[in-house]
Amino acid sequence: MSIPADLKYTKDHEWVRIEGDEATFGITDHAQEALGDIVFVELPEVGREVAAGEAYAVVESVKAVSDVYAPVSGVITEVNGDLEGQPDLVNTNPYGSGWIVKIKTDGAGSEELMSEALYTTFLEE
Amino acid sequence: MSASKYSAVSGIQHEEPLVFEHAHEAPESISLPGVVGDVYAGLNTFARKKDAGIPGLSEPETVRHFVRLSQWNHSIETGFYPLGSCTMKYNPRVNEQVARLPGLAFIHPEQPEDSVQGVLALLYELQGWLGEISGLPHVTLQPAAGAHGELAGLMMIRACLDARGDQHRKKVLVPDSAHGTNPASAALCGMHTVELKSGADGRIDLEELKKHLDVDTAALMMTNPNTAGAFESDIKEICQLVHDAGALVYGDGANLNALVGVARPGDMGIDCLHINVHKTFSTPHGGGGPGAGPVAVNETLAPYLPVPRIVKNAETYSLETESDTSVGAMLGVIGQTGVLMRANAYISAFGKNHLHNIAQDAVLNANYMLARLKDAYHVPFKGLCKHECLLTDEYQNKHGVKTLDIAKQLIDLGFHPMTVYFPLIVHGAMLIEPTETESRETLDAFCDALLEIAAQCEAGDTEVLHNAPVRSIRRRLDETKAARNPVLVWP
Repeated sequence: MSIPADLKYTKDHEWVRIEGDEATFGITDHAQEALGDIVFVELPEVGREVAAGEAYAVVESVKAVSDVYAPVSGVITEVNGDLEGQPDLVNTNPYGSGWIVKIKTDGAGSEELMSEALYTTFLEE
Repeated sequence: MSASKYSAVSGIQHEEPLVFEHAHEAPESISLPGVVGDVYAGLNTFARKKDAGIPGLSEPETVRHFVRLSQWNHSIETGFYPLGSCTMKYNPRVNEQVARLPGLAFIHPEQPEDSVQGVLALLYELQGWLGEISGLPHVTLQPAAGAHGELAGLMMIRACLDARGDQHRKKVLVPDSAHGTNPASAALCGMHTVELKSGADGRIDLEELKKHLDVDTAALMMTNPNTAGAFESDIKEICQLVHDAGALVYGDGANLNALVGVARPGDMGIDCLHINVHKTFSTPHGGGGPGAGPVAVNETLAPYLPVPRIVKNAETYSLETESDTSVGAMLGVIGQTGVLMRANAYISAFGKNHLHNIAQDAVLNANYMLARLKDAYHVPFKGLCKHECLLTDEYQNKHGVKTLDIAKQLIDLGFHPMTVYFPLIVHGAMLIEPTETESRETLDAFCDALLEIAAQCEAGDTEVLHNAPVRSIRRRLDETKAARNPVLVWP
């Protein structure tokens, strides 16, 4: 189970990479493992405002359809169009080419996020 | 694997191509009834320009094609079918006899009322019984399936709220353990859903409910017992809270089998309930129907019931079509009468004094299985269950075995697997619903199979589980490929 140290995590198993006012979202290795093979990712519109904790995308696996929640607030600036043809990138490379959206963030919600160490402990519980 | 103990063996089983792939080319092998005159001239511009591509099979070849395909199928008449949250119970043959009576089977929906008094009487009788069983006296038999019933119910709730001047109430609260159809029904009625996180015991959390109830809430949609097989013991308080907030309670009747003749949703405070008569009252279903999803409501929602409504006059029955408040017709005809006749037959066979045996035996069977399996499989919510028992693959995970492997191995042992990976709130869920129609011997055989699989895991003999099924006509299907690259048309 891979949990990179440079990312922050939510209790709903999303990760976020925050660089200044830019943030990238995805789902964790644990999340993709639990969901099984992803067969479809419903992406949001660029320009949409999302609040921390709000569902911004939907991932569909052979087992289930699940909402994906925003770790922090902001406005969506880019979506990962590659997922439309290759939803399996979420399975094979959840922290890399399997990213879902990039947003311009105001940072709201970041105080709730977990570090790699906290998320590891959270998963063990 | 001891072949003598389980019934699955290979035998005369045929590979069967698609009907279009049969090698014949001669469409004249089909004899159409005599055609008079020049058909093509009569059709004018409606004449087909391209060949219809009808496979040129003779009648016996056609019959064999479909019978062979049907032999690949599994049904409740082939074996145990313990699909949790789906109530696959045996359909007694007497139901079929009743539904096939010529006076019921060979009538037309558009026949004059005075020529279909018999079927109207039986439908009216069924309406009354469903009202009594649910504790919600006003019933429509129109909806053609459970999800259609949900839609009808939410349309009535919408109409009621609008009549009260509550047009702004558009929020429907749905527990995270709910059936996937619930949010879809709400969306079709122009409402949106908000998910309620279940409590640690798998039940509705009152604090979570209070947090989300507000002046915009239209309804709570809930299933009781819920999909985790647990009875919502706070149901009265839940309904009171929702009503105090000015909203209504919709009951998903998918799990009514646990309550029949013992407890009534209407008495719990639920305003509206759909009843999957094809499940609870035993008519054949699966593969898309036909089903029937009658909806029972209380006084609050009665004015909004669909029309036409079956009414009883002094001596006769008739269809009432006029209503200023009704949500309108849910179906072009008065209902799926074939399914409804079977439901009437099943309820009649038990009678008022024995109907409770349905729920009691179903709950007893589920708890018997839970008791036999609880040491070998992880039970996420402790205590007694209702009519279905919920297990997980947590113990087997340690040996690299998942719910899917267990399900596939059951096929090799001659059983249709239980519902897997539902409810979504439980990781690696296995939901088993034995129903009241199975014998102890059948329950034991299924439990033995599951215990054998658990023992194989403990012994490290997991290769066979990862490879299963090997005895079925198709091996493990590539579900991912099927979902990512579905081929839906031929060629």
